Amino acid sequence: MDPRLKIIDKRLAGIKRIIAVSGGKGGIGKSLTASVLALTLSRLGHRVGLLDLDLSAPSLHVILGIEGIYPKEEKGIIPPEVHGVEFMSIVYFTGDKPSPLRGIDISNAMLELLAVTRWSSLDFLVVDTPPGIGDATMDVIRWMKRAEFLVMTTSSKVALETVKKVIKMLTELNVPIIGVIENMKMGDSEVVKEALKEVPILGEIDFDDKIEDLIGDVNKLLESDFAASVKEIALKI
Amino acid sequence: MHEWALAEAVIATVIEESRKEGLEEITKIKIKIGELQQIETEIFEFALNELTKAQGTSLLTKMKVEMDTERAIFRCRVCGNEWGFDDAGLSEDENEAIHFAPEVAHAYIRCPSCKSPDFEVLQGRGVSIESIKGRG
Repeated sequence: MDPRLKIIDKRLAGIKRIIAVSGGKGGIGKSLTASVLALTLSRLGHRVGLLDLDLSAPSLHVILGIEGIYPKEEKGIIPPEVHGVEFMSIVYFTGDKPSPLRGIDISNAMLELLAVTRWSSLDFLVVDTPPGIGDATMDVIRWMKRAEFLVMTTSSKVALETVKKVIKMLTELNVPIIGVIENMKMGDSEVVKEALKEVPILGEIDFDDKIEDLIGDVNKLLESDFAASVKEIALKI
Repeated sequence: MHEWALAEAVIATVIEESRKEGLEEITKIKIKIGELQQIETEIFEFALNELTKAQGTSLLTKMKVEMDTERAIFRCRVCGNEWGFDDAGLSEDENEAIHFAPEVAHAYIRCPSCKSPDFEVLQGRGVSIESIKGRG
């Protein structure tokens, strides 16, 4: 038997809520939303952790503008506090090197990260997952048993088609879905509401053409229209 | 893997399993550790001792630990070449990164023959408790 499996529950025991940010497709704003959500919850006075589980393409460190920060080693690994949020990512160990991980490698890497990371007592742990219902998402469901899902989409037919499958999968597995966030909204289209009637729409984030320039600058990011929309959503969680 | 984290995981597992089996004293456990975990045996044994003492229970006081390290073997998915951890020629920093998160080996190790990063770990990854012996 693998002893690492037994320690995961203990590592997550001090966390009140685990929020997994998920979606059907890449490029719909999961990572940015997860990061801004974590920062916003922290600014609202909560104790917050942020975990980047996109192990082959970690990017939250870029959004947070982190460089030269590493976790502390103390009977495991203590995630460093970045802009008020405890932040953990595989990038501490891979740097700028590509890490081509296949299925079993992703599960093993995740198991290891969950087993060694010592979060403090947190109100929220926000988890950024890669798109779809691949290894990382299935492992979140398997190992982070209390995870609640925040499902992202855009009004694109391509994103909607895939997010429906994510929602069906989560529903089939009785995994709690907090709601759907429609990102990059343009106009008054009701297409998302109509397509995803079975789950609550938690919020809508308008397309923000200035947001790209703010990546890496947390203070400016938090002053954006995007962050204002995420704050409204954070208050509903 | 971090030695203290592993020791904590082993103790938690042994206690839980012994409860399930109704054991009152654990006499011996056998652990298999993959070379890729890069565990320092001495630190692991020290951590295990310290955590055992901290438990303050007679369940673990006579527990002997037998450890077996399984050599890591990699196989290239492109050319089929097989090689070991020592052949990888890693720097101290790279070894340290692998120690903390063994799967990041995929960021640092390349097939010595064709240089591909697409390899599988045939053996020598992960940790497992092979057996727990005790008295009821």
